[in-house]
Amino acid sequence: MDKVVKTLREAIQLAGVKDGSRVSFHHHLRNGDYVLNMVMDEIASMGYKDISVNASSLFDCHLPLADHIKNGVVTELITDYMSGGFGAAISEGILEKPVQFRTHGGRPADIIKGVTPIDVAFIAAPTADTMGNLTGKIGKSACGSLGYAFADAMCAKKVVVITDNLVPHPLAMRSIDETYVDYVVEVEAIGNPAGIVSGTTKITRDPVGLVMAQTAANVIKASGLLKDGFSFQTGAGGATLAAAQFLKEIMLKEGIKGSFGCGGITGYMVDMLNEGCFQSLIDVQCFDLKAVESIRTNPNHTEVSAMHYASPDAKSAAVDSLDVVLLGATEIDTDFNVNVHTDSNGRIMGGSGGHSDTAAGAKLAMIIAPLSRARLPIVTDHVFCKSTPGSTIDVLVTQKGVAVNPARPELAAKLKEGGIKVVDIFELKEAAEKLCGMPKPLVKGDRVLADIIYRDGTLLDRIYNVR
Amino acid sequence: MRRSMLFLPGNTPNMILSGDCLGADAIILDLEDAVAPDQKDAARVLVRNAIKYLQFPGVEKIIRINSLDTPYWKKDLDEMIPLKPELIMTPKTSCAADVLEFDAYMSELEDKLGYERNTVKLMPLIETALGVENAYAIASASKRVAAIFLGAEDLSADLRCKRTKEGKEILYARGRMVLAARAANVDVYDTPFTDVNDDEGIRVDAEFAKGLGFTGKASISPRHVAVINEVFSPTQKDIDYAYEVMEAIRIGKEQGKGAVSLHGKMIDAPIVARAQQTIDMAVALGLGKEA
Amino acid sequence: MENKIAKASCGTMESSDAYMELEPVAGATQIELQSVVEHQFGESIRALAAQMLAEEGIENVRLSIIDRGALECTLRARLETLIGRAREGGSAHA
Repeated sequence: MDKVVKTLREAIQLAGVKDGSRVSFHHHLRNGDYVLNMVMDEIASMGYKDISVNASSLFDCHLPLADHIKNGVVTELITDYMSGGFGAAISEGILEKPVQFRTHGGRPADIIKGVTPIDVAFIAAPTADTMGNLTGKIGKSACGSLGYAFADAMCAKKVVVITDNLVPHPLAMRSIDETYVDYVVEVEAIGNPAGIVSGTTKITRDPVGLVMAQTAANVIKASGLLKDGFSFQTGAGGATLAAAQFLKEIMLKEGIKGSFGCGGITGYMVDMLNEGCFQSLIDVQCFDLKAVESIRTNPNHTEVSAMHYASPDAKSAAVDSLDVVLLGATEIDTDFNVNVHTDSNGRIMGGSGGHSDTAAGAKLAMIIAPLSRARLPIVTDHVFCKSTPGSTIDVLVTQKGVAVNPARPELAAKLKEGGIKVVDIFELKEAAEKLCGMPKPLVKGDRVLADIIYRDGTLLDRIYNVR
Repeated sequence: MRRSMLFLPGNTPNMILSGDCLGADAIILDLEDAVAPDQKDAARVLVRNAIKYLQFPGVEKIIRINSLDTPYWKKDLDEMIPLKPELIMTPKTSCAADVLEFDAYMSELEDKLGYERNTVKLMPLIETALGVENAYAIASASKRVAAIFLGAEDLSADLRCKRTKEGKEILYARGRMVLAARAANVDVYDTPFTDVNDDEGIRVDAEFAKGLGFTGKASISPRHVAVINEVFSPTQKDIDYAYEVMEAIRIGKEQGKGAVSLHGKMIDAPIVARAQQTIDMAVALGLGKEA
Repeated sequence: MENKIAKASCGTMESSDAYMELEPVAGATQIELQSVVEHQFGESIRALAAQMLAEEGIENVRLSIIDRGALECTLRARLETLIGRAREGGSAHA
């Protein structure tokens, strides 16, 4: 049996791609990914139309996909996140059908349940053997964890592995194994290492960001959750990462031994593991070189699938055991609903990713956001679109005080007792409006650009065009 | 209560606007070194509007104006005095006459505006060899002087020595400043620690300054503010001891005792005064209960 | 009030600031605005600029503003400085 196919074109043919097929991609190569464009260009040149693309995230490097949308090759998009450049193209209305935004936990759940069945999964593999055993931990395009590719590999009708480091069978260090793989294609390069992982992820130097980060660490301490066995996730955004750094200082000073750190992993979380703040890291995605190195060498730094990370259908997922998650927001309203899909002009520039999954799972879900950015209030009456329901958000940390969801009076009491300046979220909204003035509200058009599908499969909100 | 004072460049909106949420007890809106000569007009108007519209609640406003040897200082005061900032910081103050010149013009403006005299206080910045030699004369030159502040960067240039992190070269000046200020019964503030990335260094430097008797310390980086506040705040141990002192005094009075001792040590007037200062500060910080 | 206006500029392109230029022109006053918050505050910024020019009795000028999300107090400060500079012969003045 020989799974190695000479060309990508041949693999596409063998896998049975046809008009109307749904193909899928993972986003572990982030803004350095070559594979999605490579595959879609080939599919386009073979004359197929009406393709559905299910990609766990889309980055600006994927802008050629916008052309395939414009010329009808691609007519459906399913994703968890898209960066600003790609989002801007979608916001212009190039795709007739609304984009389906899911969460990192909801995506694999819907693939497994058959809500979004995949015809062919194209899996970029930094290293694979001739039978399709593969890993992201080694190879010139190493990206560490391949957590988002598992559901695709397990459930797609056909699985094509694309690698730039083909090794003899059997590959001992494997993430996804040959039992799922139909074809293996060797290519020159699957990605640009400079765009795959950052050399280092940098902590913010913005003074306001640092003030909020320190406050967030103090809130965690005051919440009573910071004790032995503590588990934690943070985003890779500037202020949330700085908060992790302050939290580490507290944990080391007080000798607190946590249980696990979770989510997308940065070098800062690796430091926390190595310095004894956690027993293990549960890693669905690596953000920088230090994280890649750690997952390759440290047995306590473990790779998990997106299902294990966040699926609402799993018997249990890591997010269900989280004590605290630190998250960002582009807008938050007085009901604590959060928008991470669009900017303040209503233009798509993000997505849930694991935002609403972790908010739902964690005992304490915290948003860190300044009152305003460039004269635009962040705390508003109504978010432009709802990415994460306010009922799952416990605390908002701003530079002018901390607002606690009124549904959590016992938490508010604890924070006050711990010396935290707790304020009403309406006060924060007023302070933002006093500072910025009242912005003229965006007027929604009648065109639906995207559906925001909550982790349980229900329609949470829709993103409309702006008039 | 003023432990930390944070310098903010007067012509940079982005820095000024968040002035009241960076944790500093006071902000120093700088019209002097942080502003290029051809932007003095713009900075003056920007700072004036920022104070007028944003007010910076809960934070003391200090304006560093330009020095007497520039054509700017009167215009600076013309724009700033109507806003009633808590303090005006005057750079390169070298003798009592300097203070009196600023003082006289400020009085003139206050009279014109119908403000009570000495509404706006002065914090002379002492940053020349002559200034350090005249520190007591400067501190006691006018009722308007509320504090003096040591600027070590310019001073070390004037002394023709290298400014070091350890700061041995300014040890004498620091001691001299504290003596002068305490003799004149005004507050005294220490020079900023300039390595913004040295988190341990700022702590050592601030603790040293506190040990010498400084009231607080200025900073050029928001990152240093929290450490300065911590160092210049009373510790829980200090606060507990202060309450013990006051309690011992109360019991002593009740029993009609002349001399009171605590843990085998006589409590005299300076100890009581210090305990009261600690309690006042603890209450201001929300750490203490009213005695 | 003396209304001789020379070409002048003020402000910066940094975030939360605005860069402005003023120059005399033959015809009616024109206000050109580029703003990162055009949708939310474009109208109010133009109105503020027009009002401040009118209050100073300034006509027949071209005012261009590149706004990087400046608050109203900052915009007012920059406009005031700009007008002051234009009156005093154009270049930046102490």
